Amino acid sequence: MSEELLRLNHLSIDYKVKDGYLSAVNDVNCVINKGEVFAIVGESGCGKSTVAHSIMNLLPGGNEEMHGEILFKGKDLRTCSQKEMEAIRGKEIGMIFQNPLDSLNPVYTVGDQMAEAILLDKVDKTEAWNRVLKLFKDVKMPDAEERIKSFPHELSGGMRQRVMIAMMLSRNPELLIADEPTTALDVTIEAQILEIMKELKKTFNTAIMLITHNFGLVAEIADRIGIMYAGEMIESASVYEIFENPKHPYTKLLMAALPRNTKAEGRLQTIDGSVPRITEKKPECRFANRCPYAMEKCFNEDPETVYVSEDHFCRCHLIGKEEK
Amino acid sequence: MNKNKVKETLNECRKNANFMVGFVILLSVVLVAVFADVIAPYGVNEMHVGGKYDPPSANCWFGTDELGRDLFSRVVYGSRLALWVAFLGGSIQLVIGVVVGLACGFFGKWVDRVLSFMTDLTWCIPGTILALAVVTLIGKGLTNTIIAISLVAWASYARTVRAKTLSLKSMAFVETGKAFGESNASLMFRYILPNVVPSLIVLVSLNLPGTILSTTTLSFLGLGSQPPSPDWGLAISNGIDSINRAPWMSIFPGLALVYTTFGFNLLGEGLRDLLDPHMKSQ
Repeated sequence: MSEELLRLNHLSIDYKVKDGYLSAVNDVNCVINKGEVFAIVGESGCGKSTVAHSIMNLLPGGNEEMHGEILFKGKDLRTCSQKEMEAIRGKEIGMIFQNPLDSLNPVYTVGDQMAEAILLDKVDKTEAWNRVLKLFKDVKMPDAEERIKSFPHELSGGMRQRVMIAMMLSRNPELLIADEPTTALDVTIEAQILEIMKELKKTFNTAIMLITHNFGLVAEIADRIGIMYAGEMIESASVYEIFENPKHPYTKLLMAALPRNTKAEGRLQTIDGSVPRITEKKPECRFANRCPYAMEKCFNEDPETVYVSEDHFCRCHLIGKEEK
Repeated sequence: MNKNKVKETLNECRKNANFMVGFVILLSVVLVAVFADVIAPYGVNEMHVGGKYDPPSANCWFGTDELGRDLFSRVVYGSRLALWVAFLGGSIQLVIGVVVGLACGFFGKWVDRVLSFMTDLTWCIPGTILALAVVTLIGKGLTNTIIAISLVAWASYARTVRAKTLSLKSMAFVETGKAFGESNASLMFRYILPNVVPSLIVLVSLNLPGTILSTTTLSFLGLGSQPPSPDWGLAISNGIDSINRAPWMSIFPGLALVYTTFGFNLLGEGLRDLLDPHMKSQ
């Protein structure tokens, strides 16, 4: 269970912008083990997707600067050549995207597209076709035999996301990166997709990196969580720990803002302010300007990563102080 | 594709008036070109079938020219040249345009800058003048003229393909393909190109008349086909000298030219509607 699959080591990504650098990801560390679901949770624009894309080496290219390591099975993906990366993508790390509506090539039938993906692994045609059909059934595609011959625009959003998942599964990757897989879908479909992903985890022992801002989803499926804020992973622990024993003020506020706590209280709690745009790096806690507990130290010193327990770390001056 | 789908597609085609009329016109041109030997009553260079400058008659439908050659036969044989121009010119332009456009859009950066500059360069020089220069360089003759015209006219393909590629490249399905481990070549030719094809087909059929017209223009100017070729442009130019005496010498080749280009244009318009992917199976 705890065999390490992916490790991000001090990963930093800066985008070049007009007025200097936009620090999209800063010093992110995390580990994903085989067969576990690791959820990255954070607000819009906090760098979740950038992390996901950087693992697949799918960043637009040309205007970003990266530091740190992305170790997949001990190998730094950043040093891989284009050819090596092509071999890893799909085969070892699969990815499903936010918007299933245009994630499929509109000119081929979905069956053809999947068969093509399977053929990348050099199997013969009838075999590939049979596997397509089986996968369609695996993801509970209604009316699989007919749907296989459909063009993407003939399918609903939920069906397309199923196709996407089936496609990624077709090559049986060890790690599946799901970048907000259900954001564009409605709640009932979301539940079904979730069910499918759970089953996959069970049957294929696929590790899943789930990127989302939906705590409901996380509570349902994830084993561990990393909370991201303004490009930094500020806290990471098991789901239970995060929900029951959050340490970082941001996580605490997030938990307080979840609807479950406010049944009787009327209005939902919110966090004032918005995520700052970080264009220059200076030592400070990035949450300081919104943090109700901010001290002077928070504004001029980088918080250290503090390990609360073996599997629970947090970056906050408050925590360091408490423990010491 | 099963029989039902074929039937459906055919039905859609039949409903589109532009496409059908254009298709019938072009089909007639192709048939005439293929069966020219059967259709033409006289040989292409057979002289003295009637008198000189005979007006249209039951014997010579389109009249005769200054050498007493049957104009109808010459127009019929000329269709072969027109289609050859369309085929060769279209292919050259298409290949250059698609390769350049795909490379520009897909690789971006310096590749795009260099190739786009070249595209703009050929674009901004008046086509006929540039073609004249190229013909002067590589010599007269129909094939050389086609090459010259094509070397000038590929820019519109390159631009369209580049623009399409740029917008397609940022679409999620291309990223998905990449996330799948597809190579660059596969992304370009399996993901992007097929999605450009509908606009390309339309562009081709709308551009071909231009190619035919430009080639005809060069022939008219005496740089393309050389006598005694039955080229329509040459025939029109030939008739100009005696336009008052025997206007049919220019009129009938001209009509043939208009007929053919009109057919291509209609076909292009029709195809544009038919190939809209969202019209498919709805």
